[in-house]
Amino acid sequence: MNETDIAVAKQESSPRLMGLPREILLKWYDEMLLMRRFEEKAAELYRNGKIGGFCHLYNGQEAVSTGAIGALNPDDYVITAYRDHGQAISKGVHPNAIMAELLGKVTGTTKGKGGSMHIFDRATNFLGGHAIVGGHIPLAAGVAFAIKYRGEKKVCLCFMGDGATNIGTFHEALNLAALWKLPVIYIIENNRYGMGTAVERASAVDDLSKKALAYDMRRGVVDGNNVIEVYKAVKASVDHARQTYEPTLLDIRTYRYRGHSMSDPIHGHYRTKEEVEEYKKHDPINVFEEILKQEGMISDTYIDEAEKRIKKIVEESVEFAEKSPEPALEELYTDVYKESVGE
Amino acid sequence: MPIVSFREALNQAMDEEMARDDRVFLMGEEVAYYQGAYKVSQGLLQKYGEKRVIDTPIAEAGFAGIGIGAAMVGLRPIVEFMTWNFSLVAFDQLVNNAAKMYSMSGGNFYVPIVFRGPGGAAHNLAATHSQALESLYAHIPGLKVVMPSTQKDAKGLLKSSIRDDNPVIFIESEVMYGEKGEIPEGEYTIPLGVGEVKKEGSDVTIVSWSKVLQHVVMKSIPKLEELGIHAEVVDPRTIRPMDYELIENSVKKTNRLVIVEEGWPFAGVGAQIAFEIGKRAFDYLDAPIERVTQEDVPLPYNSKLEKASLPNIDKVIRAVKRVLYID
Repeated sequence: MNETDIAVAKQESSPRLMGLPREILLKWYDEMLLMRRFEEKAAELYRNGKIGGFCHLYNGQEAVSTGAIGALNPDDYVITAYRDHGQAISKGVHPNAIMAELLGKVTGTTKGKGGSMHIFDRATNFLGGHAIVGGHIPLAAGVAFAIKYRGEKKVCLCFMGDGATNIGTFHEALNLAALWKLPVIYIIENNRYGMGTAVERASAVDDLSKKALAYDMRRGVVDGNNVIEVYKAVKASVDHARQTYEPTLLDIRTYRYRGHSMSDPIHGHYRTKEEVEEYKKHDPINVFEEILKQEGMISDTYIDEAEKRIKKIVEESVEFAEKSPEPALEELYTDVYKESVGE
Repeated sequence: MPIVSFREALNQAMDEEMARDDRVFLMGEEVAYYQGAYKVSQGLLQKYGEKRVIDTPIAEAGFAGIGIGAAMVGLRPIVEFMTWNFSLVAFDQLVNNAAKMYSMSGGNFYVPIVFRGPGGAAHNLAATHSQALESLYAHIPGLKVVMPSTQKDAKGLLKSSIRDDNPVIFIESEVMYGEKGEIPEGEYTIPLGVGEVKKEGSDVTIVSWSKVLQHVVMKSIPKLEELGIHAEVVDPRTIRPMDYELIENSVKKTNRLVIVEEGWPFAGVGAQIAFEIGKRAFDYLDAPIERVTQEDVPLPYNSKLEKASLPNIDKVIRAVKRVLYID
């Protein structure tokens, strides 16, 4: 295991629960558990041929989405890359609609036209779901531009992988966000691998937050296995952006337990079984469970009941998706050009 | 009717639309303090301020993406590319984000953006500064591609493009910016997807657009008339969606078609028009369809070579004679 990650994982969490009310903490616990069970179900459906194409699972990274989006208001925006089921759940997109989209049904978030990599939901300000590495990073700066243009106090959270920090649009967007002071928080979900290539073989710097130095941008490194730590770092960045419009780059250390996508084995070519098992010892759901137990916020009874409740939610989403119709053939030609309102 | 230059016509369009709708703003290299690399945005900074007329660093992919992101959440950006040659570094943003966002999001997010700037050859600018790239963009579903050939069309079409809720690729010509022509008085727009017969005739249909229509095709007319050939000149004005019906009706009258364009021949816009009209008007054609295109090579710096590569009056006359089986 990487030395920095060990150090980061062992850090004491200070004022532990930040005075957050129990209901929020339990909501986050439920949310992370829902993500985990949802992704496990998606893996099963993929293996059975019900989900096609590429499917990138979020197992192990739950605390990043939950903690980060937990720092937002509903009218703030979120945009991410293709490992997007977690963020969609955190933003409030209904699991039924996500599952239906994975199965390509017309009741899905994008009428079955997007699939796993393109979950979108206007109502919850979830701006997708993007499959070109780094392609969405300037879009996030554009959303932040619009916020500032209108004099609003909103922010845009932009998630990306470690691999995306090496591509041109990352640098162009960060320079523009810092230069123009745009209220975007760039979150690197640093799971140590860009597909099969370890960070140390792809990036000239290991601490990815250092790339912010090139743009004089506020930055930080965060323990992504601790949902409270993630929340703390993102909340501070969000508050800063609301006050000053200044952006932040966060290198959030996390790990994915599954392969890059469903086509990729869990371990073997580029990482060892031992490495995966070592990182699993810091499972963010277990980490949070431990903290909550120590603080007397959660009981085994609650945990059992939550498992049952969430299992039911996931099963209902599959039932909904399987019963839903596919899009009609005519849908091939809709949503390509919009009729202009012209007012 | 007022007489204005091309750049003034475009300037008026942007000015009027920015005054009408405060979601509209202009962004690009040198558009603000420099007053526009080609002075198209002259005076707009003074009138609207830095918030709405924005100078960008040299980062086309970055600022094209910013425009698209801002459009997704309800602003209506005009993004200027100093020339369309430079748009290629932003091609991913235009093709994978702007064009596809509406369909890929199942209708959740649309992108009311205009990308504009000059395209095509000027003089001695060499290979990477002279490209006519409309066929690349016209190939992509989700984009609209507009290319005005007159001052009147430029203003009316740019206004409509800004009001359109889809991403519009608006290609001008730097060589024409100083040229003057009449425009209607007062408020007017010209719809996208509707072409215009620029000159009526009976013997051959010549389809062309933008600079080539004015500087080559219209300049060929006197010589053609001397030869007793009355050409009909059809300007589609919008490349995508293309007004095939207008061209079809003309060809059904003249029975002969010549397409004159500045792009390269392989899979160019002319190739598309030829296929479509060949299908629609097969029984009306008295000769195979002819094209005059740029030579299938990168454009060189040397003036003689450059002129030999680009469409010119001689090439048009030869093509017209071929479809008329003259000489």
